[in-house]
Amino acid sequence: MPCPYDDRFDGDDREMTVIARETLSFFFTFFQRESGLVLDESKTYLIESRLDPLVRAEGLSSIDELRKRIQQETSPVLKKKVIEAMTTNETSFFRDITPFTVLKTTVIPEVVKANQKSRRLRIWSVACSTGQEPYSLAMVVAELAPELQGWDVRILGTDIADKVLDRAQAGVYTQHEVQRGLSVAYLMRFFAQQGDEWAVKPEVKHFVQFRQFNLLTDFSSLGTFDVIFLRNVLIYFDNATKKQILDRMGHALSPGGTLFLGGTETPIGITDQWVRVKLDQGICYKKQRSA
Amino acid sequence: MKVLIVDDFGSIRKILGQMLRQMGHETIEAIHGKDAMAKLEVHPDIGLIMLDWDMPEMNGIQVLEALKLLRDKMAQRPTVVMVTTNNQMEKIVHAMTKGANEYIMKPFTKEILEEKLALLGITGGSRA
Ligand SMILES: C[S@@+](CC[C@H](N)C(=O)[O-])C[C@H]1O[C@@H](n2cnc3c(N)ncnc32)[C@H](O)[C@@H]1O
Repeated sequence: MPCPYDDRFDGDDREMTVIARETLSFFFTFFQRESGLVLDESKTYLIESRLDPLVRAEGLSSIDELRKRIQQETSPVLKKKVIEAMTTNETSFFRDITPFTVLKTTVIPEVVKANQKSRRLRIWSVACSTGQEPYSLAMVVAELAPELQGWDVRILGTDIADKVLDRAQAGVYTQHEVQRGLSVAYLMRFFAQQGDEWAVKPEVKHFVQFRQFNLLTDFSSLGTFDVIFLRNVLIYFDNATKKQILDRMGHALSPGGTLFLGGTETPIGITDQWVRVKLDQGICYKKQRSA
Repeated sequence: MKVLIVDDFGSIRKILGQMLRQMGHETIEAIHGKDAMAKLEVHPDIGLIMLDWDMPEMNGIQVLEALKLLRDKMAQRPTVVMVTTNNQMEKIVHAMTKGANEYIMKPFTKEILEEKLALLGITGGSRA
């Protein structure tokens, strides 16, 4: 029985799940190893609220039992579900706007000059969640159609969680989602209404491919990209993981390529392989020459 | 920025007003299109209009038409954001061709409002 003065007591009638200390520390290690996610005691409520639905769906009695199952289970299915359940998939179209503006006004025109021979443009949206980021990139590309006439343009969207990739692949969004960050001009031009929902039109969709991918694993097989959007995912990792990913990201970028991070993310103080570049009002990163 | 909120529902005017003031804007309310035109007359410095579509007396589309005629007389034509339950593509296209600058479908959230205004280059007001 939790005591009412315990700050874990939230005063409602719901039965409190008290997670065994052993289980908590198991999950701390588990998430850090499997997806990079860093958790501590202060995130206990988050673990509870994210894993409780899974516990119920699996017909288990508690989070402790879930832990035991993962420890015994040899099949990766449950493990995957647990990893997915802990991901935060918050996203929106044209999130923070400026990276997309800078991409259109400066970065893509730069690539158009540099890649005149190959006529190839590759963009990677690394932790793309439900697809709003890669589709926003595709809308920018579609708008630049005259400049990119005859070019081979491909946008790759990757994420660790299959459940978000399924939605991304479908490219169908709710009324609420198409209003988050998306101008009505883009809605009219690039979406088709389907009952209460809105579907991304094929002319935008065809640029984008999706693939399941864990940032902690090797990504040399994905090839190189002219532009990488690595936004709002490093925030979940510790500095050692951030450094490791940022350093490897350098190899996935073509010479002269551009990296965009989330508004609160920076390589400063973590690795010296990146140079901060200010373009118009936007911030992006280029590889250090010596690196 | 001075914002005119035009809606026949008091509860919508209240919510929108709260959100906009929290963002640092100054708000004025009108209960329908006719009232809106009168308020514009008194406050020529209104920079943004949050405009409902279906209203008694004078609806949102009629306001857009009236604004078009007024254009020459006004120092600066205010930006217009439709805020309406009309969520059909044809309706959206119609309002936009009539001169609206953005479109918000009800129900909406504070994030939607903030992001839509940011797209128009409108961030917090001076009091933010
Ligand atoms: C907050 S969303 C960011 C979405 C988008 N980039 C944006 O900025 O709006 C974070 C995404 O990172 C994904 N993610 C978390 N850990 C990951 C990992 N190790 N590898 C790949 N994706 C991961 C999550 O599944 C989630 O969809």
